[in-house]
Amino acid sequence: MRKKIIIPLSVTCFLLVGSLCAFMYKHNAEITPFKADADQAGLKLPTGFGASKVIDNIGKARHIVLTKDGSVYIKLMRMVNGKGILFLQDKDKDGKYEVQTSFGNYGGTGITIKNGYLYASSDKEVFRYQLNDQEQVIDPDNPEKIITGLLAGKQHQTKSIVLDNENNIYVNIGAPTNSCQENDRGLESKGKAGCPILDSAGGIWQFKANQLNQSYHNGIRYATGIRNVMGLDWNTENNTLYVMQHGRDNLNSSWPKLFNEKQSAETPAEVMYMVKKGDNAGWPYIYYDSALQKKILAPEYGGDGKKEGSSDYIDPIADFPAHMAPNALLFYTGNMFPARYKNGAFIAFHGSWNRAPEKQAGYFVVFVPFANGKPSGKWEVFADGFSGLDAVMVPREAQHRPCGLAQAPDGSLFVTDDVKGTVYRIGYSSKNKLP
Amino acid sequence: MKQKIACIAFLLIGLLTNLNAQTKKTAPAKASAKTEPSLANGKLLYKKHCLVCHQADGGGVMGLNPPLIKTDYVLGDPKRLINILLKGLNEEIEIDGDTYANPMPALGHLSDEEVADVLSFVRNSFGNKASVITRDQVKAVRVTKK
Repeated sequence: MRKKIIIPLSVTCFLLVGSLCAFMYKHNAEITPFKADADQAGLKLPTGFGASKVIDNIGKARHIVLTKDGSVYIKLMRMVNGKGILFLQDKDKDGKYEVQTSFGNYGGTGITIKNGYLYASSDKEVFRYQLNDQEQVIDPDNPEKIITGLLAGKQHQTKSIVLDNENNIYVNIGAPTNSCQENDRGLESKGKAGCPILDSAGGIWQFKANQLNQSYHNGIRYATGIRNVMGLDWNTENNTLYVMQHGRDNLNSSWPKLFNEKQSAETPAEVMYMVKKGDNAGWPYIYYDSALQKKILAPEYGGDGKKEGSSDYIDPIADFPAHMAPNALLFYTGNMFPARYKNGAFIAFHGSWNRAPEKQAGYFVVFVPFANGKPSGKWEVFADGFSGLDAVMVPREAQHRPCGLAQAPDGSLFVTDDVKGTVYRIGYSSKNKLP
Repeated sequence: MKQKIACIAFLLIGLLTNLNAQTKKTAPAKASAKTEPSLANGKLLYKKHCLVCHQADGGGVMGLNPPLIKTDYVLGDPKRLINILLKGLNEEIEIDGDTYANPMPALGHLSDEEVADVLSFVRNSFGNKASVITRDQVKAVRVTKK
């Protein structure tokens, strides 16, 4: 009699505990539902959107990526306690993340996840770390070095990375000068003939994602004539690479007879390119002038601010005000935001410095609606207020500067800041809509 | 009558050019006697040549252009500072744990007087307080470091 009761009882207990465990695991394996801070984390957003600060003061937070369970990896430009990658989780599900571990003995900018690996870059190398089923790094101290020996100048030295769907990795190698002059940023200094540095910088290089110790001789110069890129993304709708260029500086200080301060502040445009293999975007020979809507011959190569450059170079597919420094690009594929955001581009503009003495610009996240791989409308400011100022006159007064973007598994958008090390999460709810 | 007018005109022209030449000569002589650089002119030169990178408040730009506020580069050895202006700077420097690596172009095309003015302005602005730089100091550095 007793046995008859005990067996079903223990079976029931076992089932109960098991399903409880499964429920807890499932719950833990999902990102914490989005909840906005009362002050929207200090951001100004379109109606229906809200924001929260998920963590603060983590260092110079550059690019960011989320795992399928909502955990976060962030690349730090400068190491904190000798580590350059942070792993964050929200274990207690209160909407605030805590640093769980840190690893990687190098500073840098690029970080991404693809096909079971975490990829991260220093300014000269790219590493990858195998992930387990929960997309956590298995052996943080022993990454595979897949790319090495890349040129890193004293400017534009950071490497951003993205993968396509065929196990290729794309790396920007920024040009180490402003406009390939004999004397960089010098007064009326001419451009070097043939700009020889283009053989190893000023473009996007393609490597294999799964081969060790590749360098220039294994890679392909996928596109050239691109001064410096920090924001790039692979558009999965049309399987194409898109990049945001940091345009040239110092038109006035190098060429005062051709450009005044205001022209220098407002020229050239920051531009988006849709990049195909073999493309040449024309740096340092041309720049894009938004007002003229033309590719203009650079003064270093005989330009006067009006003469058009060669039509052989590709045209940008979108242009933005000068010097705003696009540091991240993300095509939104989530379902949380309203339909018009789907497949559109978010761009984090770090904010300008080369507009002085004019007011600085940027310091916000922009949205560009897309259809069929091309912008389908004008760009709009999506998230503003990072600087904490009405107008930024000098960059160091900005309290936060947006630098990295990542889409969370629930479709919310994460934004990093590399001044104070704040991470923002932006979410949408139709309940937030004003009546 | 016509001749008289012509004579007077010639005299006047002669006198004016003479005066002009004299003022041209005396102006720098006065300055070198005082060896006082002009901070007001230094401010104008700063706006024209320096501000776009080092910013209106001398605060520079994170990771790129170094600040000019209370750093040893600005307040320390005048020779080093003069040299940076004349020859430019193409190396990464560290200030208070932060690194700055954007290259600075040489401004050797500025006159000794202009270099003295702008450096004196920088050494006495943005909260800085240091001795002014004279054009003779600039001249000495320019001559020794060819």
